Amino acid sequence: MKTAADPSTRQNPQGSAGPAGAQAHDVVLQVSDLAVDIRTHRGTVRAVNSVGFEARAGETLALLGESGCGKSMTAKALAGIMDPVCDLADGRIVLNGTDLAALTPKERLKFAGPELGIVFQDALTALNPVYTVGTQLGEAFRIHRGLNAKQARAEAIDLMKRVGIPEPESRVNSYPHQFSGGMRQRILIAMAVALNPRLLIADEPTTALDVTVQAQIMQLLRKLREEGQMAVILITHDLAVVAEEADSVAVMYAGNVVESGPVAEVFADPRHPYTKGLLESVPVHLERGDQLKSIPGSPPELHDIPSGCVYQSRCPMVQDICRAERPALRPAGRRRTPSGTATAAADPEQTTSAGTNDGGATVRPVRTAACHFSEEITNA
Amino acid sequence: MLTYLRKRIISSALPLVVVVVGVFALARMTGNPASLYLPLNATQQMRDDFTARNGLDQPLLVQMADYFGGVLRLDFGQSLRTGQDAAAMALRAFPATLQLAATTMVLAVVLAVIVGCWAALKPNGVADRISSFISMAAASIPDFWLAIVGIWIFAITLGWVPTSGVSGASAWVLPIATLLLRPFGVLVQIVRGSMVSALSEPYIKLARSRGAGELRVVTHHALRNAAAPALTVAGDLTVGLVNGAVVVETIFGWPGIGKLMIDSILQRDFAVLQAAVLLTAVAIFALNILIDMGYALLDARVRPVTVKA
Repeated sequence: MKTAADPSTRQNPQGSAGPAGAQAHDVVLQVSDLAVDIRTHRGTVRAVNSVGFEARAGETLALLGESGCGKSMTAKALAGIMDPVCDLADGRIVLNGTDLAALTPKERLKFAGPELGIVFQDALTALNPVYTVGTQLGEAFRIHRGLNAKQARAEAIDLMKRVGIPEPESRVNSYPHQFSGGMRQRILIAMAVALNPRLLIADEPTTALDVTVQAQIMQLLRKLREEGQMAVILITHDLAVVAEEADSVAVMYAGNVVESGPVAEVFADPRHPYTKGLLESVPVHLERGDQLKSIPGSPPELHDIPSGCVYQSRCPMVQDICRAERPALRPAGRRRTPSGTATAAADPEQTTSAGTNDGGATVRPVRTAACHFSEEITNA
Repeated sequence: MLTYLRKRIISSALPLVVVVVGVFALARMTGNPASLYLPLNATQQMRDDFTARNGLDQPLLVQMADYFGGVLRLDFGQSLRTGQDAAAMALRAFPATLQLAATTMVLAVVLAVIVGCWAALKPNGVADRISSFISMAAASIPDFWLAIVGIWIFAITLGWVPTSGVSGASAWVLPIATLLLRPFGVLVQIVRGSMVSALSEPYIKLARSRGAGELRVVTHHALRNAAAPALTVAGDLTVGLVNGAVVVETIFGWPGIGKLMIDSILQRDFAVLQAAVLLTAVAIFALNILIDMGYALLDARVRPVTVKA
């Protein structure tokens, strides 16, 4: 785990092999107060509400949450490919010093590809069925680097080699439907990393795949992350994938980040009842026939999110204050005090860390939780 | 590809025979041409002679066998009216129809793609509503009414274009405008619908995430996926134009195959009618093969011979 705030690793030019001198653990993306509205027939609903996190070079940040919690919506907002009924209502998406949220759609196109790549869940529908994979892989080079068809095809073959597709010279002329699910996912990943972006967003990249292929795809993502010192945002509902792949995690519920921090710490000592409930739902030492634990109830409808804490209806610890006042993301857990303030000096961006910051607590990544009683949660 | 073409040609032979048999039998039900071609005071003897001379006294099956025997020798019979070779008459009329149909369809497709895409960019937006209104109106106006109103306004009142005939470019304006409207209206709605669904596909989002601009997304990524339904409908509409711009050809005196067919029916000119119908049927079969090849060209998934993987 590369979570320790050790100044020595920062001085070590570990990422010099990466593009544009990206250093490992540099903050590549900083999201704050992100809000996305959906226009529906029943009025406007807020699908993503004041979400904030940061992604660092060479590290994986997991956005964890159940279906409909806003994690994919967040990913699409970051990539600038929201559905027409969605609006970016608020927030800053600072990628390498540029606030993407402030750009026009046309200006953002320059960033789509060279700075930011995205991988979708279902590779079959994400690939255009009427073009060869070579054409689609080469498109980024034609758009951003002005290569001709022949040069783009050569780049496509290189990419296919990079992501481990056998016989790329002949497969480059095949169509998406002629590939297996795992190979299609590799093609999708190749497309996203074509121009060595600083940030790779992987939206449930392995959900549609079987377990052995899943492992291969995750391994590939890890390899590419190391090679390019990319920051990876991994969107998933799979706790095991988070535990294995991610350095830090942001747990989302009903459009809000309810807890975030280094994976090992969050999973060992959850500071939000929802995270705790999720972790307890993982079966451990169960006999056949035993009852599986689950969180009772279901998430609130988007047009019916209560004014207090978003988790109040399912929370076992709910109090009056939870119904009256929505808790903000506050530093939580034992490691809230900094162990090395040296990190702050190395990068001025660091002083404005994710979520709320009650001054001084610049240890990275900050552990935060949005619960009035986060210190009272007991993890036996 | 050649195997595929050969199969298609062989399989279309039977329907062609059925078409000819049907037309052959139906035409003869319309009555004896003798009463049209002989003077009113013709004697029964003259009528019998006329009927016998043209082989119409034979049983229907014998006539049919004779006809097919001729067709196999590429002899399609003579026109009762002019005595000319029936096939030659049909072939002479066909280019006028083809030119009219091709010009109309090219214009209709180009306009419909532009308007349909424009409408699909923002479903339920202003452009969409305007184009929906225009296309509905265009698809619903009957062509005979439009043709007559067009002649009245532009040919008679304003005198900008001739009322009929094929003399000069201005003679093309009214027939094409009349024929264009329905295919345009229908195609706008098809293109709009399939573009809306294509534009909401994940691969469009992915193309945008690679930095593809709006124009590239629409023309390169969405349009080719949306083209198949439009191709089906455009093919169907072209078939309609090829065999039967009958109304428009008649109104504008356009010397095409539709007018030839109507004239031969009215004149009981059986051989010419059969030749015209057979020619049209062959053209429609050819068109269908072209449309199927168009699908294969657009989308690798429907190619009859799989490309080596």
